[in-house]
Amino acid sequence: MGSVAHNYLRTSKMPHIWCPGCGNGIITQALLKAIDQLQLDPQKIVVVSGIGCSSRAPGYLDFNTLHTTHGRALAFATGVKHGNPDLTVIALTGDGDCAAIGGNHLIHACRRNIDITTVVFNNNVYGMTSGQFSPLTPVGSYATTAPYGNIDRSFDLCQLSQAAGASFVARSTTYHANHLKDMIVSALQNKGFSLVEAMTHCPTYFGRRNRIGGPVEMLKQQQEQGVTVQAAARMTPEELTGKYLIGELHNQPLPEFCEQYQQVIAKAGGAR
Amino acid sequence: MIKPILMQGNEACIAGALAAGMDFFAGYPITPSTEIAELAAERLPARQGRFIQMEDEIASMGAIIGASLTGRKAMTATSGPGFSLKQENIGYAAITEVPCVVVNVQRAGPSTGIPTAPAQGDVMQARWGTHGDHPVIALSPSSVAETFDLTFRCFNLAERFRTPVILLLDEIVGHMREAIVLPAVETLELVHRLRPSGDPAKYIPYDAPLGASAPMADFGSGYPYHVTGLTHDREGFTTAKPSEVEFLIRRLASKIEMNLEEILQWEELQVEDADILLVAYGATARSARAAMKQARGKGIKVGLFRPMTIWPFPEEALRQVAIGKQVIVPEMNLGQLALEIERVVHKDITTVTQVDGEPLKPDKILAAIYNLAGTGKGV
Repeated sequence: MGSVAHNYLRTSKMPHIWCPGCGNGIITQALLKAIDQLQLDPQKIVVVSGIGCSSRAPGYLDFNTLHTTHGRALAFATGVKHGNPDLTVIALTGDGDCAAIGGNHLIHACRRNIDITTVVFNNNVYGMTSGQFSPLTPVGSYATTAPYGNIDRSFDLCQLSQAAGASFVARSTTYHANHLKDMIVSALQNKGFSLVEAMTHCPTYFGRRNRIGGPVEMLKQQQEQGVTVQAAARMTPEELTGKYLIGELHNQPLPEFCEQYQQVIAKAGGAR
Repeated sequence: MIKPILMQGNEACIAGALAAGMDFFAGYPITPSTEIAELAAERLPARQGRFIQMEDEIASMGAIIGASLTGRKAMTATSGPGFSLKQENIGYAAITEVPCVVVNVQRAGPSTGIPTAPAQGDVMQARWGTHGDHPVIALSPSSVAETFDLTFRCFNLAERFRTPVILLLDEIVGHMREAIVLPAVETLELVHRLRPSGDPAKYIPYDAPLGASAPMADFGSGYPYHVTGLTHDREGFTTAKPSEVEFLIRRLASKIEMNLEEILQWEELQVEDADILLVAYGATARSARAAMKQARGKGIKVGLFRPMTIWPFPEEALRQVAIGKQVIVPEMNLGQLALEIERVVHKDITTVTQVDGEPLKPDKILAAIYNLAGTGKGV
């Protein structure tokens, strides 16, 4: 018996391109389990991605899938959703794709609160191009383009998205795989723009260079660093140093873009 | 009787697009194309269409591709700097074969240039702006009425050949006002992309011979498939297999090359007896026509060849017409389409170029005609 995720995979396109020990498969499985739990109609699902390791996921998923240009997943996804609001639109993107080259599209998708569920595979590094630092690489970490340590401050992508207007924001990790699935379920249920930051691990280009260890050590690090919102409430600032929050960080229902546009149509006299 | 209406070029563009069935527009404000977005925002929702102002030019291009994949007829409009920003996703639409229309109201460049001044400096960019070998169709109207016709045609060509189609307007035609009579809706022949029917399990989204495209499924219509900007096989999945890559790139080009008769459109004026042939397009063709008339008044036999399809270029037609004639190419650039024309007619040509942000006036073309005719100045 395999995972329910197998029901949604294009198994003929396997093996996948991800390295041994990569966390991307865990996130993909969490997404598929969430879709299965909600019994979403696969015919109505469109999965959109940009460029990078994580953005290769849609090629393995048996939905309508759209692998676009670097950073532009949310621009294309916006066109898909506005083009046919009946579709369930999911964007899969990475930390470089989403927070660097795609940063402008991210904040504006948040601002519009358009009904797209975005899952960011945050492995702290550009994996596809073999290990350059991204806007989510922690200060002091090493990367091929930060051989003396990264001096760029990193974004807190969840705070950024919340500030930009997303109506649902959550974070989880590949260690907390079931929790991650739950966060994606809630994100898919939110009628508006949802962002789930999935902390994952790149043993090949991040773990090794930063002497964290292999996939097991990196997962353990997620276990130690990821603190639930509930647990954090009982912890002191000192205890929270070096940790990050996981769980539902923001959930504020807001008017959704395509629904608002229906009102524009009505005002323009176009309502049937 | 049908009454002519006074209309601006940019408005005729929207009118032509709506007549062609445009039901999605994504754009970003930029002079001198902004009226197109404004009119789309006003008119689309009234007919159940959808408008969105995106955060930038790149996003606008991405959004129309996304919308087209849901089955919409989608357009964006921009000008110089914005056209530069759209190039990557134009290439994406070309390799993924997603129909869409991109309007570029040309202004003086490079860079910010003169936003309110006309130019024709984007002719080569329209052909080669996005990287890699790729198919292109670009049309260029010379009047407000023709802006309606060619915008309409852009949609039909995009749907027919599953490719991005560029409308190369210029600031003069875009902002000019002329009285036009819109064609009756029932006389217009609409083209819709082929869509798959039958067993979805047997749908192969990129299975087509040279010169053709496969039917295209709307996302959500029960034919799930994969779309990628990576080179892909007939099923749409990534491949780097040399034979598959070669076939894909050649097939994309062949969609244009093997269907030239359907795509090419040009006008010949008084070319039969002409000794001198003007080759001009867009707003400059209006000055060329005026210069031709004045020269004819002086007894100099001048004709005009006016391509409305810029890319692919109507080379066979021009080659025939140019035989035995001296050729003058006026352009509001430093001689861009002149390069193509020189290649086609295979002899020395005379260029009349201008890059000062002003319209290229008939006098300047007339001077070149007098010079060639050996009549000297002041005739």
